[in-house]
Amino acid sequence: MSLFIIVALPFLGALLPGLMNAAGRAACAGVTFTVSLAAFVGLLTNLPQVLAGETVTARVDWLPELGLNFTLMLDGLGFFFAFLILGIGLLIITYARHYLSRDDNMGEFFTYLLLFQGAMVGIVLSDNILLLLVFWELTSLSSFLLIGYWKHLPEGRQGARMALTVTGLGGLAMIGGMLIIGQIVGSYDLSVILQNRDLIQADPMYLPALILILLGCFTKSAQFPFHFWLPHAMAAPTPVSAYLHSATMVKAGIFLMARMWPVLSGTPEWFVIVTTAGLITMVLGAVIALFKHDLKALLAFSTVSHLGLITMLLGTGTAFGAFAAVFHILNHATFKAALFMSAGIVDHEAHTRDIRRLGGLRGLMPVTFVIVTIAAFSMAGIPLLNGFLSKEMMLEEATHTVLFSAPWLVPLLATVGSLFSAAYCFRLVWHTFLGPVRDDYPSKPHDPNPGMWLPPALLAVLVVVIGVAPFLAEPFVKMVTASLLGVAAEVPDKHIKIWHGLVPALYMSIVAVVGGFLLMLAFKPLLRIWDAAPRPEAKVIFESIVEAAASLAGALIHRVHNGAFTRYAAIGIVVMVAAGYHAWSTGTVGPATRDLQPAGPVSIAGWAMLVAATGGLVAMHRNRFLALILIGIVGLMVSIGFVFLSAPDLAMTQFTVEVVTIILLLLALNFLPNRTPVESTALRRVRDAAVAVAGGLATFGLAYHYLLRDAIAAPISEFHLANSYKGGGGTNVVNVILVDFRGFDTYGEIIVLGIAALLIYALTETLLDGPVRRRLLNRTPDQPRAGDMHPMMMVVVTRLIMPVVLMVGFYIFLRGHNEPGGGFIAGLIVSIAVVMQYMASGFAWTSARLRYPYHGVIGAGVLIAGLTGIGSWFVTKPFLTSDFTYVRIPPFHEFELATAALFDLGVFLAVVGAVMLSLESFSRLARRADTEDSEHPMDIDPSREEAAAETVSS
Amino acid sequence: MELLVASAIGVLTAGGIYLVLRLRTFPVILGMSLLTYAVNVFLFGSGRLTIGAPPILTDDVTNYTDPLPQALVLTAIVISFGMTAVVVMIGLGAFLGSDDDHVDDQPEAAKAEEEQ
Repeated sequence: MSLFIIVALPFLGALLPGLMNAAGRAACAGVTFTVSLAAFVGLLTNLPQVLAGETVTARVDWLPELGLNFTLMLDGLGFFFAFLILGIGLLIITYARHYLSRDDNMGEFFTYLLLFQGAMVGIVLSDNILLLLVFWELTSLSSFLLIGYWKHLPEGRQGARMALTVTGLGGLAMIGGMLIIGQIVGSYDLSVILQNRDLIQADPMYLPALILILLGCFTKSAQFPFHFWLPHAMAAPTPVSAYLHSATMVKAGIFLMARMWPVLSGTPEWFVIVTTAGLITMVLGAVIALFKHDLKALLAFSTVSHLGLITMLLGTGTAFGAFAAVFHILNHATFKAALFMSAGIVDHEAHTRDIRRLGGLRGLMPVTFVIVTIAAFSMAGIPLLNGFLSKEMMLEEATHTVLFSAPWLVPLLATVGSLFSAAYCFRLVWHTFLGPVRDDYPSKPHDPNPGMWLPPALLAVLVVVIGVAPFLAEPFVKMVTASLLGVAAEVPDKHIKIWHGLVPALYMSIVAVVGGFLLMLAFKPLLRIWDAAPRPEAKVIFESIVEAAASLAGALIHRVHNGAFTRYAAIGIVVMVAAGYHAWSTGTVGPATRDLQPAGPVSIAGWAMLVAATGGLVAMHRNRFLALILIGIVGLMVSIGFVFLSAPDLAMTQFTVEVVTIILLLLALNFLPNRTPVESTALRRVRDAAVAVAGGLATFGLAYHYLLRDAIAAPISEFHLANSYKGGGGTNVVNVILVDFRGFDTYGEIIVLGIAALLIYALTETLLDGPVRRRLLNRTPDQPRAGDMHPMMMVVVTRLIMPVVLMVGFYIFLRGHNEPGGGFIAGLIVSIAVVMQYMASGFAWTSARLRYPYHGVIGAGVLIAGLTGIGSWFVTKPFLTSDFTYVRIPPFHEFELATAALFDLGVFLAVVGAVMLSLESFSRLARRADTEDSEHPMDIDPSREEAAAETVSS
Repeated sequence: MELLVASAIGVLTAGGIYLVLRLRTFPVILGMSLLTYAVNVFLFGSGRLTIGAPPILTDDVTNYTDPLPQALVLTAIVISFGMTAVVVMIGLGAFLGSDDDHVDDQPEAAKAEEEQ
């Protein structure tokens, strides 16, 4: 089966449990099981190739520019982990089906579980380290969901947050490390990276990369000093603890260390960091585990300890260490998952996991007792069980490892760790299952149904089989080791044996088991000493760090972002000016290459008007009507400037936009207060003025400097000028650029314009539906109204010039391709013609004569423009390719027909629709307010009979 | 000529910034309009200034001004109308809804809300 399908199956399958929820718990678990089984079988179909030493690959380019490709590979190491993930996953699903109670939402649980499974499979099959990072983060997220599955438990929520914080931070660090590795090698593909051991280790960035990657591994695999999150994650349902926190997720860090082993290991840095962290974790975890009373907490710390053991083995950097590590990963997965599931059984049946309240369960739960005893003894290192074999290999490796030039250090610590490990294993069996039967269990314990005990029992059988007949597992372990080592080292020529002869490791083992048993017997006095000793509480420390970080961030953020827009604006401007000043003062400015052009009296006069109007606007902005007039002058001067500086199209656009903007602001001002009150202090005004002057000087300096210098690279405009007529068929280059060269931009812009207009329409609708409507209806105008709102002269004039304006618009539209004009400008002109009707004859009168809603006009415009673009597909050209031809219909002159004109028609319609819809929305507000609707175009009309009658009667 | 245009941009920017920092919606909208002018002229200026050479192809003329910034600024002008209209609508809606055209939350109003 393709690797893609194996990775995709759990993700796709994650949709099913939620759907099957209604069909019952059995169906829900069944579908989850089927999905996992399918992926598992798919994995097994690749086994022959893997056994033959081949690497199965699958590749799809995703973002090749970033080096991020969807490349998967399956070698021995990946197969091993995928086998554990999917195989133990199947057992866990069976177990969880019976573990979860009727109150739990099983669909949700299995959805999360499958998401997690897919992410894990993705990690171990990734050939691209960026892809691996994506899956890595996905495991953090899905484990967050799983740990916090019981949302009603505060411990669950806190544990989930802590796990996410720690593993998430580690993941961030790892991204950095992976990027460095990718930079060094020049590829993000693992298959390439793994071939470049010397290149990576010789690079000065090797150490930072190593530390960052190890941060990711250590946090994920709960290595000291990041071990504290794992016990708190035990608030999760037991299937989750068994799956994530013993068999799979915490092994992700181990997996990555193993995966990167060929390129990262073997250096003194690797050896010291990894071995030390592993040793400390191993001893510390074992010691703490002994004194935990909660079964799951005990197992959690024992997991921490065993992960430390594996880490230490990988840290030694020898082939034998890696060999032992692989074997122990396998063994640990079998006995620890069995123990977790058994702990869950005890909890499920006795309703407590507190060892102090248990004891004497041997006769009550015989099946569970047998499973736990086998698994725990294996963990303690009792011969004929698989844990003994790998622990022996670990002790053997420890005797050859010299850390900090003290040959006794590693063997001693390894023995101490094993000793405590044996002690808590014995305690687990003795204090839970042996001793007198009690009569105060919270619930009467008995063995559960086979669905719950079969999965751990199966694992216990494996424990014994591997322990008795290690040669069965040896080829597989060696195959995995070979793929872990890659080209870096040879697989050691040793066999996994129960009896090695009287080697030091055997004595160490005996010391550990006997000492552990004695320690268990002396547990009560030891516990008193432990309880009396002061020790740091990781959770308290973690929470105080989080709190300190949050309050520090809060102090910074609240000072800058206090909710006041003006403050944001001021800060933003100051920062921009400062950054610009920095660039200015540190960069170099080339010599001026252009001469100043002389300015005549006319341009100086225009400039003076603009400056005076701006100054007046700032000084008198409190009088809002005056401000509108002044800003109108500014806009007018800008348009005139455009004419003067060879931009007739811009001038026409600016001028028409100015008209509609002023109308718009007038409509708004109808409701707003007419004066702005004085509120800010003089000091504040001075401060704002200083910021404003700084900003103005900065833009002045920038503009002045670049106006006097030619562009560094030749502008691309030459192309437009040369091809405008040849290729676009138009002599107005600006218009040809808009509708042809950059037609796609324009297409996007008319859509934006349409969206803006629709947004305004939607806002108006919302306002008119809400409490604003009442307020508007009860509003009294703050100024006396004109007696004659629709003056006869104005009505007559606007109606007379309407056809003329439309004609002008039509003309401007048609000539746009060759002379200044075009769809944008024509649209604005026609809008003004229509707005004049609204203003003169009234809203009701005008809308009654309106045949098409403006939304439809916008839509038609966008559609026409779009269809014009699509049309070019029919002649197998790209979107918006234009064409033109010249036709002659006698008696007219020859004229041009261009598809660009059709596109321009779309632009025209969209502009008309958008402008009109905005203005109409504003006037609808006004209409709601205080204006009486009149269906007549003029308030006073001598020709109207009723008006005449009214005049007579009054 | 360059000095005039550059200083006009500077004056428009300064006026725009000052008005944007005011406390009521209407001056802020006016300030944004001024900034829009400044930005549009600034972008237009990136084609450098040429007098009397509009980009309309004519047979016996070889010197034209840069048409590309003009095309970009043309759409920018129209879009800025859309933007102004939306901002005005939002400001107007806020004023009609709360009878208050302050840009920032008022400290005392925020406090009163908290007490409720």
